Amino acid sequence: MLKYIGKRLLMIIPTFLLLTLLVYTILSLSPADPALMRLGTTATEEQIEEMHHEMGLDRPLLVRYGTYMWDLITKGEMGESWVMQTNVKSEFIERLPNTLILTGLALLLTIWVGIPAGIYAAVKQNTTGDRVTMILAMLLISLPNFFLSLICQIVFCLWLGWFPVTGAGSFAHFILPSIMLAASRVAGQVRLTRSSMLDVLGQDYIRTASAKGCSKIRVICYHALRNGLLPVITNIGNNVGGLVAGAVTVETIFAIPGIGSMLVNAVRTSDIPQVMGPIIFISLLVCVVNLLVDILYAVIDPRVKLQYS
Amino acid sequence: MDELLKIKELYVQYNTDDAVVHAVNGVNLIIHKGEALGLVGETGAGKTTTALSVLGILPEQVGEITSGDIIYNGKNVREMNKKELQEMRGKQISMIFQDPMTSLNPIISVGDQIGEMLTLHFKNLSNQEKEKRVDEIMKLVGIPPERKVEYPFQFSGGMKQRVGIAIALVCQPQLLIADEPTTALDVTIQAQILQLMRELKKDFNTAMVMITHDLGIVAETCDSVAVMYAGEIVENGTVEEVFQRKENHPYTTGLFNCIPKLNSSEKRLTPIEGYVVDPTDLPKGCKFHDRCPLTEERCGRELPPAFKKGTHAIKCFRYEAWGKEEEA
Repeated sequence: MLKYIGKRLLMIIPTFLLLTLLVYTILSLSPADPALMRLGTTATEEQIEEMHHEMGLDRPLLVRYGTYMWDLITKGEMGESWVMQTNVKSEFIERLPNTLILTGLALLLTIWVGIPAGIYAAVKQNTTGDRVTMILAMLLISLPNFFLSLICQIVFCLWLGWFPVTGAGSFAHFILPSIMLAASRVAGQVRLTRSSMLDVLGQDYIRTASAKGCSKIRVICYHALRNGLLPVITNIGNNVGGLVAGAVTVETIFAIPGIGSMLVNAVRTSDIPQVMGPIIFISLLVCVVNLLVDILYAVIDPRVKLQYS
Repeated sequence: MDELLKIKELYVQYNTDDAVVHAVNGVNLIIHKGEALGLVGETGAGKTTTALSVLGILPEQVGEITSGDIIYNGKNVREMNKKELQEMRGKQISMIFQDPMTSLNPIISVGDQIGEMLTLHFKNLSNQEKEKRVDEIMKLVGIPPERKVEYPFQFSGGMKQRVGIAIALVCQPQLLIADEPTTALDVTIQAQILQLMRELKKDFNTAMVMITHDLGIVAETCDSVAVMYAGEIVENGTVEEVFQRKENHPYTTGLFNCIPKLNSSEKRLTPIEGYVVDPTDLPKGCKFHDRCPLTEERCGRELPPAFKKGTHAIKCFRYEAWGKEEEA
C-alpha cells in the first residue's frame, strides 16, 4: 500500500510538469505583447526591444519555462506580474483563503447534502419524497450557475437583505456564493448517489442481509452504503476540480477577491506569471485530491487494496 | 411429527407498472420438525417467492402477500412486528441463496459475514466466543478457518456456497430454506455441497426446504416433495409416493418424462408441450389444462381441489375418487 502511494506521488511530478508546460506554451502563443502593454502604444521599436530583454522575453520558450519552474521549485517564487509589476506570490497568498473558504464550503455542501439526499431518494424510491428530490436535482443541474447566482443575488441580497451582495469581508459573504457554487454539484451528487445506491440495493447480497435478520438501517448503512459509495467517491474527486473551475464564475459575480477572479483578469491580459500561480495551485490540488480518492478507494474496497499490495 | 411451518392458502403477487404478476396462487404446505421437503417446479413457478414470503423479504413496494397465513411454530409470520421478524430471520429460519457469486457482500470478509449472524442474534456472546463459533462452523463446512479474513472474490464458487451454508447454519436454525443452492455450481461441486448439506442437516436436526428444479436432488436429499406449477402446489407427498410414478399429476409425469434414462436408446427427450403459463394472465380452471395430454372439458372450467390419499395429495380431477380431505 505504501509503495503504491509512493508510486502515485511520483506520478504527480510528470503530470504536473506537462500540465504547466502546456499552459505556459499556450499563453506564450497569444499575440498580445506584454512589453507593449507596459510601455503603451507610443513606444518605439528600440524601447520595446529593450523591455523584451529586461523581461527576459527574448529568450527561447523552454528556457523561460525552465527558469520559471526553477525559481518556483527552489525558491518558491512565482515571479512578477507583467502588467501590474507586483509580486505574484504575495497576491496569490492574499487571495487564496477566500477561494479555499468558498470551495471548501461548497465541497462540504456537496458531500453532506448531496450524498444523504441521494441515499434518501434511493431508499424511498418512487415515493413522493424521491420524486421531489429528483425534480429539484434536475432543476439545479439544468440552471447555469451564473444565472442562478444573479437571481439569488437579487432575491436574497437586494430584496430580502439576508446576505451582503458582494465582497468577502465576513463569513456571511460566503454563504450565498458557496451555495451557488455547490448547487449543480449537489444535484449531480444526488443523482449519482441515488443511482449507485439503487444499483446496490437491488443486489443479491442485500437480500442476504435482510434474510440474516439485519434491521433496515443496518442493511443500508453496513451492507449497502460502503458498496454504493465507491462510484460516489470517485465523483467527489472530479468535483474538487469542477468546484475550483466554477469558483472563477462565482468569484466574478460576487466580486470575491479569490484566485478565480485573479486568473480571469490575468488571462485577459496574457499576464503569464499571474496566470501560472493559480494554475499551479489548481493542478496540484486536483492531483492530490485524486490521489486521496484512490487511497480511500483502496481503504473501502478490499479488491482494490489487494491489487496494490 | 410436529408441525414447524404451515402455509395456508398463500397468495402473492408482484405489482409492476405493466401488469400484476400472480406469482403464488393458493399454496398450502406443511413442514414438520426435522423434515426435508423438496419444492420442485419450473423457473417462474413461484418457488422462490414462496420462500421469500416465509421470511417476509419480498421485494419492497412490488411484492405483496394478498391473502393467506404463514404459521411458524404457532405464530403467524404475517402478524409479527419488525423486531420479531428480524429475530426470526437467520436465527429460526435461515436461507441459502441460489447464486453464491452475488449473494455475499463483496467488501466484507467472509469471517465477518458469518460472524454477523452471531452479532445479530446472540448479543451476549463475547468476541472470543464468537470467533470460536465462526472457526467451528467454517471447519464444519470445509473451509480452513484461516481463510476467514479473506473476501468473497478470493473464493471459488463452491467455496462461496460453503460460506453461504456456514452463514445459514451458524445460529443453528430450526428451518433452513435452500433456494437452488447448487444450480450455479458444476456437477462435482454440486455433489459435494449436497453431501455437506445432508450431513449438516442430520447433525443439527434442522428441517429443510430444498427448492430445486432437479428431481434427482429431491430423490437424494428429501423426505417429501411438493411440485409447483404456476404458483400452485399441484402434487404433494412423500418421496416414495411421488417417485413410484404410479399416481402422479400429469405435470409431474411430464417432468419425469423429461429426465433422460440411462437404460433406453431413445434419441430425443419427451418435453412437456407448450409453454409455461403467463403469470400476468392465468387461465381459468386447472392452470395446466392447455398443456395437459389428458385434459378434459371441465379442466378449463373448474379449478380442481387437492384430492388426498393419506399423505399424497394431487390437484387433478383424475384422482377425484380419492376424495377431498377437509382441513381441521
